[in-house]
Amino acid sequence: MPDPTVSIRCRVNGRDVDVTGHPMMRLLDALRVDLHLTGTKEGCGEGECGACSVLLDGELVNSCLVPLVHARGVEIVTIEGVAAEERLHVVQEAFIADGGAQCGICTPGMVLAAVSLLNRNPSPTEDEIREGLAGNLCRCTGYQRIFAAVANACRGPRGGTP
Amino acid sequence: MSIGQSVVRKEGRAKVTGQSRYVDDLFLPGMLHGVTVRSPSPRGRIRAVHYGEGIPWDEFTVVTAADIPGANIVALITDDQPYLADGYVNHTEEPVVLLAHPDHALLREARRRVTIEIEPHPAVFTLEDSLRGTDIIWGGDNIFRSYQVARGDVDAVFATADVIVEGDYETGAQEQLYIEPNGMLAVARAEDGVTVWGSMQCPYYVHKALARLFNLPDAKIRVVQMETGGGFGGKEEYPSIIAGHAALLAWKAGRPVKMVYDRAEDMAATTKRHPSRTRHRTAVSRDGRLLAMDIDFAIDGGAYSTLSPVVLSRGTIHSAGPYFCPNVRIRGRAVATNAPPHGAFRGFGAPQSIFALERHMDRIAQAVDLSPDDFRRVNFIQTGQTSAVGQVIRDPVDMSALLARALEMSDYRSKRPTFDRSNAGVAVKHGIGFAAFMHGAGFTGSGEDHLASVVTVEASAEGRVRVLTSCTEIGQGTNTVFSQIAAEALQLDASDIEIAQPDTSVVPNSGPTVASRTCMVVGKLVELAAVNLRAKLHDTLEQGVPFAAACRQYIEQQGALRASAQYQPPPGVRWDDERFEGDAYGTYAWAVYVAEVSVDITTFQIRVDDFVAVQEVGRVINPVLASGQIEGGVAQGIGWALFEQVAWREGRMANAQMTNYIIPTSMDLPPIRVHFEERPYAHGPGGAKGIGELPMDGAAPAIANAVSHATGVDVRRIPITPESVLDLMETVRA
Amino acid sequence: MRIWLQPFGLDVPENLESALRLLSNEPGSRPFAGGTDLMVLLESGKLPPGNYVSIWGLKELRGITVTDDAVVLGALTTYTDVLSHAVLQSEFPLLCAAARQTGGIATQNRGTLGGNIANASPAADSPPALLAYDAELELVSAGGVRRVSYERFHSAYKVMDLAPGEIIHRIILPRRRGGWRQTYTKVGTRNAQAISKVCLAAVLDLDGTRVRDARVALGSVAPIVVRCVQAEAALRGQTLDGALSTAAAAALAEDISPIDDVRSTARYRMRVAQNLLIQFLTDSRSRRSH
Repeated sequence: MPDPTVSIRCRVNGRDVDVTGHPMMRLLDALRVDLHLTGTKEGCGEGECGACSVLLDGELVNSCLVPLVHARGVEIVTIEGVAAEERLHVVQEAFIADGGAQCGICTPGMVLAAVSLLNRNPSPTEDEIREGLAGNLCRCTGYQRIFAAVANACRGPRGGTP
Repeated sequence: MSIGQSVVRKEGRAKVTGQSRYVDDLFLPGMLHGVTVRSPSPRGRIRAVHYGEGIPWDEFTVVTAADIPGANIVALITDDQPYLADGYVNHTEEPVVLLAHPDHALLREARRRVTIEIEPHPAVFTLEDSLRGTDIIWGGDNIFRSYQVARGDVDAVFATADVIVEGDYETGAQEQLYIEPNGMLAVARAEDGVTVWGSMQCPYYVHKALARLFNLPDAKIRVVQMETGGGFGGKEEYPSIIAGHAALLAWKAGRPVKMVYDRAEDMAATTKRHPSRTRHRTAVSRDGRLLAMDIDFAIDGGAYSTLSPVVLSRGTIHSAGPYFCPNVRIRGRAVATNAPPHGAFRGFGAPQSIFALERHMDRIAQAVDLSPDDFRRVNFIQTGQTSAVGQVIRDPVDMSALLARALEMSDYRSKRPTFDRSNAGVAVKHGIGFAAFMHGAGFTGSGEDHLASVVTVEASAEGRVRVLTSCTEIGQGTNTVFSQIAAEALQLDASDIEIAQPDTSVVPNSGPTVASRTCMVVGKLVELAAVNLRAKLHDTLEQGVPFAAACRQYIEQQGALRASAQYQPPPGVRWDDERFEGDAYGTYAWAVYVAEVSVDITTFQIRVDDFVAVQEVGRVINPVLASGQIEGGVAQGIGWALFEQVAWREGRMANAQMTNYIIPTSMDLPPIRVHFEERPYAHGPGGAKGIGELPMDGAAPAIANAVSHATGVDVRRIPITPESVLDLMETVRA
Repeated sequence: MRIWLQPFGLDVPENLESALRLLSNEPGSRPFAGGTDLMVLLESGKLPPGNYVSIWGLKELRGITVTDDAVVLGALTTYTDVLSHAVLQSEFPLLCAAARQTGGIATQNRGTLGGNIANASPAADSPPALLAYDAELELVSAGGVRRVSYERFHSAYKVMDLAPGEIIHRIILPRRRGGWRQTYTKVGTRNAQAISKVCLAAVLDLDGTRVRDARVALGSVAPIVVRCVQAEAALRGQTLDGALSTAAAAALAEDISPIDDVRSTARYRMRVAQNLLIQFLTDSRSRRSH
């Protein structure tokens, strides 16, 4: 088979980047290894746990399931891009204040899922919060304080990029 | 005052911004990746290892048992588990060959092309088969360890008892499923020694194991804990193995090696909660008093002994629960099967024996026509009474008050009869049930004495305080709670305290981060060390000199400013290892949990609609963190009770995917309502008792009792899957 | 973890025409849509090696069109697209229910109906709804276009009426269910992110108490998603009462062949499938439409 390596350009956290690799290489690996953005985590490699969630053109996706070629020309936001420099996003503030993170491994994906939810639905009910985060698994918290954090984030002022 | 405040998590900002560094976030120049080639067979002799076609094997580092510089033994309790199988395998997934290569993808492909040819030997897969002893696969009788407890005269009582209730109860294996898989990064050279960074709960366990594996002096081994994405016991003893493997590859390759398990491998190959079978036989008077308890508690340890003796110990001690009974006989046995070794998982034997006990208690109540709560009240142990293993309960305990509070918060008293009435003829039946239990904090018996844990606190000339301990932050809040405890003792702010990264070249051995000991036992040492440090500055501080200036003055005049504290057993605490009796634990946290469920008779699915967790914990150091522990533990307990099932096929986990091993999502859990009572424990920091494992004990039996209430079926095993509800209901009707 | 990608190729054609040309010229090449199934297979080492043709970016396969007679969905319609479409919400609630229970939000954003159909898992969530709605598929290849009724599309486990070089272009849903009772129930391993153990999509056209017509479709109880024609025959033209519910449930047993697997048992699947049908019929007797 001829060398399939491709080079794609996309925007990650507001910066144009180029990534070269096999077209089927996972976006997750492009982020973590090629771009050194290790905030996005691998928990399962099967699209079940959501630890690898990022925003792609504003939509929540599991980056372990996105092949490199599907990232050409898109706008990606990872956990590193959620805060606006020093000022945290209101979701991040709430996670800190309300104990939404314990071991922290699910937290980047969970924060992105919450940000995505609030972007679509600024005042979700508790059921809507549950449903919006259902694709992000947490083993530490029992989700309670994550829900509380998201509910409180709705009440506060908005900061951050996405 | 810091203790009692919900001080925000110390590393919270790093966690919510993705800046925390877990082992897979580390990259070293020249780093290789490592993988493990594992046995496809549950038991047999290794005939040959074939390295398949199409792989440039000369580019690979290959390690087998022959390459081990020291002892091919995973040092833990019993010397029976090899790092790499040498001639024989005793479980599927047993490590045989290690491979390293710079290309992670090629490495995984190469692993697929290694074939391990095994000549199969008869294998044992169930606890019952192991006990039967038809095939002996370990030692002389398949038994890793057994304990006997005997008080009073059980047989005499059974001979004349009015009411005897018997029952068998079973629990299945449970996978810890920390969202961050096991991982280690190793650098190893004969001249320099071995350094590993990784995901772990117990740096000094890894240290001890590596020293033996490489036959190196302690000073040549360095173990550093990275941010760890969940442990729950699954990273208590197991990390010694992956650390050793990464280090063996690094040793042979002369380059750093990072080994991070993929999820399927982690699920299939690493430890799980011990499956259990408990047989209860109980004599009770007609008015509901426990007269004699005969308990046969057995756990399946898998192929090697690992921690089974200690899991068995805790499970055995907790098997008679928070009750007083003058005549008790308990036999505990841990047996071998050809499954990957089972190991530590939050609760560590107690969830298994408490499930059996609390389900059994509800059945006894029914047999003597008492309500479940009236029956408990008659039998709760009181201060001054002696437990099954001979411990006089000295601390205040009031289980009846906890029960009352839990029943009130859950509205149990009115819901129970309401559900009884409304359940007739409806498609969704409701039930409410509870479990009463306790959990001993700290190592069992003389364990803490043997650990002789040490904590050091030091201060810089700028007045920055640093706590040096090997106890790890794994999400439970260690860093924050230790900061609060030190701050309280030093009269500083928690933000003035730094917790050193657990690095065996820097921190003393404070023992492992397990057994609900971190806050209570090690936190107490943090307090004492901080007090000792402050004592060194006493005179200066008395003069009104601020802390930072006092530190500077001390250092200029006397040198390094640091103080340590070492564990001393509380006075009057005595445990007899030989006779397995005495003061099993320094103290217990006591609890009553209530679960409200609905069972849909169309689909047989169970939903937990409400959950109340009431516990007495000595002192709550940080309410948000403490509640978080209870909520998370209850969630894991609900998973264990209803969803989590390992599908075993010939000793191999057939559902080693997150798609097929089901843990609760956000849509599967009820609100979990937590209430704390506080009766300060004299030897805990600020009066705190340990609580990390406690919540794991109560959810499953409370749910089982609730399901039994809702449907009338007699639940005897978990998980209570919809398939099992269908089968049980058919049995009831038939 | 990283997979050795040498055995795989992934081309990205500019338009449908070049995609179809690639698929017909290279035997064994396969379409690649959102990736939510294929990347999972890749990760577990089960993706068949060879060349893949990305159809993800092809505008010709996107979009939802509403005519008087039908709603036509491009094969790349995602579950999120389904959930945000007003006509689908009001006239095809079963498809929306399926979309809502497919994976989590991230899966719903990238997974496509065409991909779901072509992956042909008997446990897929949308296909039972498509069967209940008499869906038709428009298939396209370099050689032309043809239509097949979805009912006849799957013939055996992972065997479907899709010729080499052919892909699903559109899914056509006739607008014929106004006034029908409708139900969709997915019984999964948990409440979200679950593979179904039993999945019922059923629709009933009642004239008073008389059943004019019915569709009963089930997932996870046979090697393919199945139209339960015996159950439907038992219902058609009859008066809906308790006895008919029982008869229909008994007929259902002839339509399905559930098995034991890592997720559930044959006994459970059979019982629950019957219970769900009986529950739907009972509810239909006493209530208005869906």
